[in-house]
Amino acid sequence: MRAVKILERLLYTIPIMFGVAVLVFLFMRMTPGDPVDIMMGEAGTIAPGEMEQLRKEFHLDEPLHVQLYLFLSDVLRGDLGYSYAYKKPVMALIAEQLPATIELAFGALLFGLIIAVPIGIWSAVKQYSVVDRLSMAGAFLGVSMPAFWLGILLILIFSVKLRWLPVTGRIDYNAGLEVVTGFYVLDSILTRNTTALVSSLKHLLLPSIALGAGTAAMVARVLRSSMVEALRQDYVTLARAKGVRETWVVLKHALRNALIPTVTVVGIQVGVLLGGNMIVEQVFSWPGLGRLAVRAIFSRDFPLVQGVVMVYALTFVLANLIVDILYTYINPKITL
Amino acid sequence: MQTTQTTMPWWYPLTIRLRIWAANIAGFFRDLAGHPIALVGGLVVILYVAAAVFAPQIAPHDPTKGELIRRLEPPVWAGGTMDYWLGTDAQGRDLWSRIVFGSRISLWVGFVSVAISAVVGVLLGCLAGYFRGGLDEVLSRFSDLLLAFPYLIFAIAVMAFMGPGMTNLLLALTFKGWVEFYRLARGEMLSEKTKEYVAAATAVGMGHLRIIVSEVLPNIFHSVLVLATLRLGVMIVMEASLSFLGLGIQPPTPAWGSMVSEGRDYLTTSWWVSTIPGLAILILVLAINVFGEGLRDILDPRLKIE
Repeated sequence: MRAVKILERLLYTIPIMFGVAVLVFLFMRMTPGDPVDIMMGEAGTIAPGEMEQLRKEFHLDEPLHVQLYLFLSDVLRGDLGYSYAYKKPVMALIAEQLPATIELAFGALLFGLIIAVPIGIWSAVKQYSVVDRLSMAGAFLGVSMPAFWLGILLILIFSVKLRWLPVTGRIDYNAGLEVVTGFYVLDSILTRNTTALVSSLKHLLLPSIALGAGTAAMVARVLRSSMVEALRQDYVTLARAKGVRETWVVLKHALRNALIPTVTVVGIQVGVLLGGNMIVEQVFSWPGLGRLAVRAIFSRDFPLVQGVVMVYALTFVLANLIVDILYTYINPKITL
Repeated sequence: MQTTQTTMPWWYPLTIRLRIWAANIAGFFRDLAGHPIALVGGLVVILYVAAAVFAPQIAPHDPTKGELIRRLEPPVWAGGTMDYWLGTDAQGRDLWSRIVFGSRISLWVGFVSVAISAVVGVLLGCLAGYFRGGLDEVLSRFSDLLLAFPYLIFAIAVMAFMGPGMTNLLLALTFKGWVEFYRLARGEMLSEKTKEYVAAATAVGMGHLRIIVSEVLPNIFHSVLVLATLRLGVMIVMEASLSFLGLGIQPPTPAWGSMVSEGRDYLTTSWWVSTIPGLAILILVLAINVFGEGLRDILDPRLKIE
């Protein structure tokens, strides 16, 4: 039964992704100016016939619906076009940079959860204590703080003043890392390179904090209030009356139920992490998708922008799918 | 605090309506006094709005013209002068004056984008929830589609394709911003529609639009107001992020996000150029959020789903 539901949910993402592709295509056509003009902008003088030929080559002479059809069939084949600026297929560029972005998003999520889960539980158990009030004030601050500003503060304190951590990049050049998967932390473990592991973790730390602080704040707040709610329920009283140890009551009986709204928020946070990613990558010169996209925007490299946006949307949709599937495991009552 | 004036017929004497409104507003302020932190937040927001309105009177220097001889002067507590008490940037422009003028951009973009999103979203949501059918189907699928994009990525993409500038910025923020209001209004409309007062209004022969506008809308107004306040902070951070990337308001117009970005190059020598404008964003957004949460507790405790 669950498998059927999951399959149904999976199928639902197909029309969504189709819509995403159509919308991105329409945006592309809204752009003022002709792509060939933009492409040729810096080329200087060109032969008169060449423009026409390029237009034909890119099917710009076809009617809009034919262009859309061609675009969609290319996308389906995994062909996202050709980057003007990098002179490479968009797909190859994205594949190169994606691991860095996922590594950062993962680091941020991990940081967020490591901070938020104990704080959320502790604040709920000791409601209205000093710890609770301080952490909730901190959480409020975290929710309101722009990620780019936090990133700059972190650089200022830990890199410029204290000189503990590096400012930019993913790894030291002399760490001698042999790239296997593109996930540097994983690669250093796989190749048993301790220098590279330390270096990549050091580089990952500040961007993860900058990106994950908002998530930590959000998750802590939600977990706290749903834990408070759960601890008030009859089944918790019953468990206590039966003489179950308090730690067990909190971690098993209450937490399990409090996780349901928390997982929803984590799902929403994936979108926030992906968006914030663009900003934080810029602050820390992190060589990922976000930085690629920003560069593409400034060099008016539209196929690349279009490709990156679609990959972001796909990642977001898939992340939400995973969250929905996780739901059914946490709460068997919920059907997809 | 559910109001009662909405169930009254439209011809109800105006004086009584006015008295009820006054009582409601007085009651709201009494409730607000019980939330001191929210009250402080509200006051801070009012200060920012005042700074934006009276920027030319408050700012001691021209925000766009600098004197290179005065470049990168530190704030007064770090050895600077009182005349440039928050210091100057790399072009010798007064940071305080730029921050004061920058509040115009942030608040304007925040208020206008939330207002447009709210009007469009509530209107479409009410229509979809009231009439259902094909309209509801189309709008709901379209809003699902927009939700497939992370918000900031969406705004960045729109700005990338359309180019920077105020109009495009507002379009980029509202193009997806209406969805939250749409979902709220649609959901509320679905539940309000089943209530007796709507049936009564239909029975006395009121038209559909009259029922939506004068019967249901006042009842969902509080929820919309609370959501709008909480979205305001989000929009302001969004604008700052876009300006930080160079996709928002273009220089030399001072916007907080681009000020933070400009200061990055001088982080090792002049920390204030980048950090102080960011602090202005943080305080404003914090104040809005604190006020918004207080507002929610007072007006619409149901929204507190967390």
